[in-house]
Amino acid sequence: MNRRLFRVLLLAVAMVLGSAATLLAAEVEEPPARDWPHEGIFGRYDKAALQRGFQVFKEVCASCHSARYLRFRDLAGIGLDQATIKALAAEFTVEDCCDENGEPFERPARPADRFPPPYPNDQAARAANGGALPPDLSLIVKARDRGEDYIYALLTGYEEPPADAEPPGEGVSWNPYFPGGWIAMPPPLMEDLVEYPDGTPATVEQMASDVTQFLAWLSEPTMEERKRTGLKYMLFVLVLTGLFYAYKRKIWSRLH
Amino acid sequence: MQREFVEAPVRGVLKWIDQRLPVITWAYNELVVYPAPRNLNYWWNFGSLAGIMLTIQIVTGIVLVMHYTPHVNMAFDSVEGYIMRDVNWGWLIRYLHANGASMFFALVYIHIFRGLYYGSYKAPRELLWMIGVVILILMMATAFMGYVLPWGNMSYWAATVITNLFSAIPLVGDTLVTWLWGGFTVDNPTLQRFFSLHYLLPFVIFALVFLHILALHQVGSNNPLGIDLSKKDKIPFHPYYTIKDLFGLGVFLLVYGYFVFYAPTAFIEPVNFEPADPLKTPPHIVPEWYFLPFYAILRAITFDIFFIPAKLGGVIAMFGAIFVLFLLPWLDTSPVRSARFRPIYKQFFWILVLDVLVLGYIGGQPPEGWYVTIGQIATAYYFLHFLVILPILGKIERPLPLPKSLDEPVLGTAGAQAAK
Repeated sequence: MNRRLFRVLLLAVAMVLGSAATLLAAEVEEPPARDWPHEGIFGRYDKAALQRGFQVFKEVCASCHSARYLRFRDLAGIGLDQATIKALAAEFTVEDCCDENGEPFERPARPADRFPPPYPNDQAARAANGGALPPDLSLIVKARDRGEDYIYALLTGYEEPPADAEPPGEGVSWNPYFPGGWIAMPPPLMEDLVEYPDGTPATVEQMASDVTQFLAWLSEPTMEERKRTGLKYMLFVLVLTGLFYAYKRKIWSRLH
Repeated sequence: MQREFVEAPVRGVLKWIDQRLPVITWAYNELVVYPAPRNLNYWWNFGSLAGIMLTIQIVTGIVLVMHYTPHVNMAFDSVEGYIMRDVNWGWLIRYLHANGASMFFALVYIHIFRGLYYGSYKAPRELLWMIGVVILILMMATAFMGYVLPWGNMSYWAATVITNLFSAIPLVGDTLVTWLWGGFTVDNPTLQRFFSLHYLLPFVIFALVFLHILALHQVGSNNPLGIDLSKKDKIPFHPYYTIKDLFGLGVFLLVYGYFVFYAPTAFIEPVNFEPADPLKTPPHIVPEWYFLPFYAILRAITFDIFFIPAKLGGVIAMFGAIFVLFLLPWLDTSPVRSARFRPIYKQFFWILVLDVLVLGYIGGQPPEGWYVTIGQIATAYYFLHFLVILPILGKIERPLPLPKSLDEPVLGTAGAQAAK
């Protein structure tokens, strides 16, 4: 076979196969990319933002959403001290089992208790929210594509619905970042909904950013330990690899 | 061909043991004196790396089992609520194991493509290659079952989709699926048997790795030139390749560490951070990246072939894509091993690499429109490569002149070409 013709054919096959990689998927409203202080190799959580975010979570989100992996004692991770955690836990009442008569009883929560869910079960949660189940927020940032960017865009992205959009039921809102557009959660944040003790103005953007960072921490509370360990590991392995390389050169030089 | 064994240079108690149970002599011959070609390049590092990765997976897996609960009501919580949060260094063990699976496949795929490029599957290494294919199949089964264990929503739906494939088998399909599930849907019995098998199979793989090494050392390693080397072109495994493998290990540990410490969820679908929900089907059910090419082949058969329904056709194609590798030593009719001396095969090799990458990309996309067509073309090409191109190419291709040994490169223009 003619060598040149053969090569042209090969190239054609390669191009047809390669063109697949350039096809794009259907358009969706992409959340804009934002910078988060905990991103990147040296990224660490902003403790002040986490504490403000916890306040938003506690006062706003937690009235409908559970966070079943959050124990009060874990809040040491956002910089709360033991006394604060104890006092905070005591604001909540939990059911315990059992007293001397074998009956369940109620008592103030302790640091080892989990953050109490707003509803006793999923059915109750649906009944109170027009049939929609507010998802548990323990892992929400890891459970969504684009994580923090998505949560922030969703919280701040409510709009008037397009004229041609037909709502699927009563009490739904329009949010272009939510798959399908119609979302059962009403706009959760409005100006000055919470009062920050540190004096930060509680704008919608500020609260959305703070609570998103808190939820990122809740999804991955071991991130700081992970990145610190990673730095030590990388430096150690880098030096070790360098030594191996030098030793390899030395041993192989016997052959040349 | 009988291998020459050298007695291990040990004295005293070790000598006493070695005379009664020659494990020291065995290890000495396999790991110290084993004569390896002196011209192996860095592509030959991936076999030992894969072996080390298997060991890391077994060790981290054993530790995870100490904290994991294989029950539908507790599996997800035991991973995400307990191991990741409350167990000391639990996040590290879990991320090492989860990312280790991806690393293991990456290493093994490179190892396989190295074998394809340098013709390592050809006589006398056919059985060595076939043991390797069995290892790959067991790895896939193990990885699939391991992916189900955290009981996230993608775990659940992946288990449902993949086990349902067996329902395509005529007559006994549905009965077989019920038997696999241990019930009428993917449920607790399924999770518990997957857990049992996920613990068992790595040890089977470990045993096969020993056979793989035994078969390798019986006939000796292939090399980048693909020619049979004489004794003077070989060097003892230790210290030359032990130190070279250690250097390669260091580089690999940097890549592995990057994912574990800085991008630990890069290979995990967000949907799998939601607990399994039989009522909530994810919009796109996609497998882990290392299964995507095979997933694309499965979905490429969208039409009935005579009496074979499309679903069964897809299943046959997918399994066929792996089983064709068993026949590779006989499908490739060229007597020349290394692609360095096969100018046309070399180009087809790279097209195959591209084809598999395209299949991988298509496997991650929804089965709609052009994706289907491209997936079908790429699938057809995959089989074309092995079943048509390789048998014919071996007959018609004119290989470049082969050198006699490492010291005697071919002279003249052909030799200069080979050196490129």
